[in-house]
Amino acid sequence: MTTPLIEVRDLHFQYDDGTVALRGVSFRLEPGETVALLGANGSGKTTFVLHLNGLLGGKGCVNVCGMEVEAKNYEAVRRKIGMVFQDSESQLFMPTVVEDVAFGPLNHGIDAHEATHRATAALERVGMSAAADKAPYHLSAGEKKRVAIAGILAMEPEILVLDEPTTFLDPIGQRGLAELLANLPQAKIVVTHDIPFARAICNRAVFFQNGTIAAEGPVEEVVARFGWDFALEPAKFHR
Amino acid sequence: MHHVVLERWSRGASPLHRRDPRAKLIALLVFLVVLATAQRSLPALSLALLFLLLGTLRWAGLPIVGALSRACVVLPFTAVFAAVASISGDPARGLSLLLKSYLSALAVLLVVSTTTLPVLLRGLETAGAPRFLLMVAQFLYRYLFVISEEAQHMAKSAASRGASVRGLAGSGARFRAAAGALAVLFARSYGRAEQIHRAMLARGFGGHFHPLFELHFQVRDAVFALLGSLAPVLVRFAVERAL
Repeated sequence: MTTPLIEVRDLHFQYDDGTVALRGVSFRLEPGETVALLGANGSGKTTFVLHLNGLLGGKGCVNVCGMEVEAKNYEAVRRKIGMVFQDSESQLFMPTVVEDVAFGPLNHGIDAHEATHRATAALERVGMSAAADKAPYHLSAGEKKRVAIAGILAMEPEILVLDEPTTFLDPIGQRGLAELLANLPQAKIVVTHDIPFARAICNRAVFFQNGTIAAEGPVEEVVARFGWDFALEPAKFHR
Repeated sequence: MHHVVLERWSRGASPLHRRDPRAKLIALLVFLVVLATAQRSLPALSLALLFLLLGTLRWAGLPIVGALSRACVVLPFTAVFAAVASISGDPARGLSLLLKSYLSALAVLLVVSTTTLPVLLRGLETAGAPRFLLMVAQFLYRYLFVISEEAQHMAKSAASRGASVRGLAGSGARFRAAAGALAVLFARSYGRAEQIHRAMLARGFGGHFHPLFELHFQVRDAVFALLGSLAPVLVRFAVERAL
């Protein structure tokens, strides 16, 4: 058995307002895997991933690349995990695209010259080199998503976590994103409601229900088990 | 939006655009002091300083009419104080307020329109401005557009359900709806601030922004700072001697 990149054991979390979001979640991510986290709204998927780099702290054990996720390891853990948030607008806060992409490397002590080099390479990888000097608010939703991913790639993480990556993207943008992610070598966790997208890039799915993992296995099996493998039939809704 | 236009202008390629921001800030500071301390012959001095600014705008390749109209943004505020001064029997003070505020705004606009925000903030930081204030300015500039867009969406949503903000004074219900919308906007802004903070932490933010580039103050910047500072002083000296 290989050493997992992420190992979570019996994780519990309750928000300040009393909402219990996680009830004993255990999870493993192996090197090279791409795992879809599925489940209804409010089932605990996003709360779970926010524990992986210490943005939330619940009861239980979270281990990333051999390190316990606790305050003294936050910096090292955040080098290992790159997190792409659902709303790219909140992730792109620097005045220009290149400065935003270089933000992570600079925080991790990389000098400005190397950070610029990494930012340029990451932008090239996601096909956004031409936007380097633009302000983020001039970009389309798909371009913002690509730049947000470039900001993570520039940190050279071992694991990518993407929260609802296809939100706000049109079908062409979704296909472009799927192609981009499929070609990245890192292990990935993808929080999504988008079943075709999960089918396209994930080799395993984990289904969250009421703060617990209700099932895991191949994507097709999991979506079939919970009845998420349907397609809307237009004739059914015609009057 | 104003700041989108200014950002486009700030990405020009004139000699003024290429000057170090600290050189421009020195010249701006001297201009503002010269203007603020002027008492005698103010209308004539204002006219002379206006020509100086117009010449600089032209040198920077900026649209003069556009810049002049955008500087008017300060007038509604100062007009109130000017009106109060005039009504209380001191019209000269009212006129002075209007002239000084308008020319000050035009001078600031000139610097902002010829310096990109990251460079301007870096210049202010190396000149000793408090980092916290600069960070607030940077975020305000970045998210003003986003918040404004959210407000427009809310207004459209309200309008599509038959609401209107017109005639607020005459309708308690409308006023309450507008106040509610403002509260929602505030809550959303707060939520977004939390998301931004999380995104920053996730990329290793430790409380300090590390610059991607360094500024280099060259001899030509020093020459510009010197000449740019001398120009308003000499203009004032000449006007006051002539009148």
